[in-house]
Amino acid sequence: MTRVLRLYPQLLRTGFAEAVAYRAEFLIWMFSTNMPLVMLAIWAAAARSGPVGSYSQEGFAAYYLAALLVRLMTGAWVVWAMTMEIRQGTMGLRLLRPIHPLLQWSADNLAALPLRGVVAIPVIAILLYVGRPEMSHDWFSWMLLIPALLGAWLIYFLVQAMIGTLALRFESAASLFDAWLGFSNVLSGYLVPLDLFPGVLRQLAAVLPFRFQLSFPVELMLGRWSRAEALQLLAAQWAYALVFLLVTRLAWRSGLRHYAAYGG
Amino acid sequence: MIEVERLRKWYRVHRRPPGLSAALRSLFHRTYEDVKAVEDVTFSIGAGERVGFLGPNGAGKTTTLKVLSGLLHPTEGRVAVAGFTPKERQRGFLEQITLVMGQKQQLLWDLPPSETFLLNRAIYDIPRKQYDATVAELTELLDLGPLLGKPTRQLSLGERMKCELAVALLHRPKVLFLDEPTIGLDVSMQAIVRGFVRAYNERFGATVLLTSHYMEDVAALCPRVMVIDKGRMIYDGGLPELVRRVRPDKRMLLRFSRPVERRDLDTLGSVIEHGDAEAIVQVSQSALQGAVARALSSLPLTDLTVEDPPLEDVMRDLFAQGRAA
Repeated sequence: MTRVLRLYPQLLRTGFAEAVAYRAEFLIWMFSTNMPLVMLAIWAAAARSGPVGSYSQEGFAAYYLAALLVRLMTGAWVVWAMTMEIRQGTMGLRLLRPIHPLLQWSADNLAALPLRGVVAIPVIAILLYVGRPEMSHDWFSWMLLIPALLGAWLIYFLVQAMIGTLALRFESAASLFDAWLGFSNVLSGYLVPLDLFPGVLRQLAAVLPFRFQLSFPVELMLGRWSRAEALQLLAAQWAYALVFLLVTRLAWRSGLRHYAAYGG
Repeated sequence: MIEVERLRKWYRVHRRPPGLSAALRSLFHRTYEDVKAVEDVTFSIGAGERVGFLGPNGAGKTTTLKVLSGLLHPTEGRVAVAGFTPKERQRGFLEQITLVMGQKQQLLWDLPPSETFLLNRAIYDIPRKQYDATVAELTELLDLGPLLGKPTRQLSLGERMKCELAVALLHRPKVLFLDEPTIGLDVSMQAIVRGFVRAYNERFGATVLLTSHYMEDVAALCPRVMVIDKGRMIYDGGLPELVRRVRPDKRMLLRFSRPVERRDLDTLGSVIEHGDAEAIVQVSQSALQGAVARALSSLPLTDLTVEDPPLEDVMRDLFAQGRAA
């Protein structure tokens, strides 16, 4: 563990250098995360004549700007990196290093945060200007936001890693992740706030892990939970992250046994 | 340093004929086949040895190297490298080995090689003093100075391979698996790489297992060769012994002060090349002494050299014998 702590800053430095090297592509990719703004336009129009559920026009603005912020700050792309490296045969060289490849990928993904921040800052400014009355006024919620964002990123990253390990057996897994993404877009609250869902679907979304990727941190920012509820949800989020971590470890070990190391 | 006992590695591959109907059928029913990439291979390599691993494409060389480096799990058999079982991929094992693949790279593509050096320093936990000394040494041996600050994508193939070798050896591994390290390089760059591998082996007593299609690499570097064909080991021993066994003939290289008639050469042995100023004649080992004496006495020679047949010819004959058997 101490070795990892010693090593991680260098992994982050290298990851940042790579993110900067790809800066143009990176920025374009981030600007493509514009779905919350599209949804904001739709729902703001719908709420013109009166609130929809508990959301006024300002409420929707705050929700979708917060959703955009969460999405920007919790991005991961490990499933595509894994699939590409396995198919091209370069994964082997990564496996020869005495460091778990997932640790290295995690640093690559996290190291891009400062660049993401460049785009996130104007979003935060607009959010504070437009949605301030709708935001939480409890410092406790804002304090929980940091572990909640980290938990959201962990779930997103680990699910990708878990699905990516399937490529060790089947050479490709990205399409399976696309299926996950389809469910996630709906059930995480990315497209529609979960409390606007009809009863059964809302109950289902409440117990599935998707909400912890986006809806939970957004709701924290909007002050929709009491302190006790927020703590319970944070514990549930990290429990999911732990389960995904354990499953990913098992899937990784099993995948390596079947890895054919094609190429070269 | 390396012990391999009855190693087998089989792959399960999906087979289907070409065409749309076959593609559609394969959606519902797939035919699989076991490919025996390595079959019952046993060998042992001592510390500090340089061994050439030869065989035609698809013979099982790279598969064996991947098993030895822990990338592939053997189907059967026992493998030990530096006292470790490679498939367990323990940190102590990974710190002692390196695998250089001529067609794959570990350098970060958009960053200068120096960034990958720093990354590997952290990953292998190389003390600063040792790192500085190793980088200085590698920079001098491979003339890396002007290359370390350029983005990898802007380096030529030869420059990139020099940096690949350097980054692969930064942690001073004791076992080097080199898979076609000179592929695509020009002759002078091949010589630089060969010289470097030899220098590293002598300086650190590292064990080297090398595959290459360039027989020059093997002849210059490896006193011992192992030959594999269709997954089976067909030779393991010294290079001169292999040449003697497969091609017990010699080649006389003759240079003339004036042109000679073909029939004068035919009396010496089998003529392979005949020009105005030089010729190559193949002679059996037993007839060599007489042929040399006759050539010296009857031909207008300015020079006479006796050589083994080219290694490429030896290998071609060896694989042809294997297939005929």
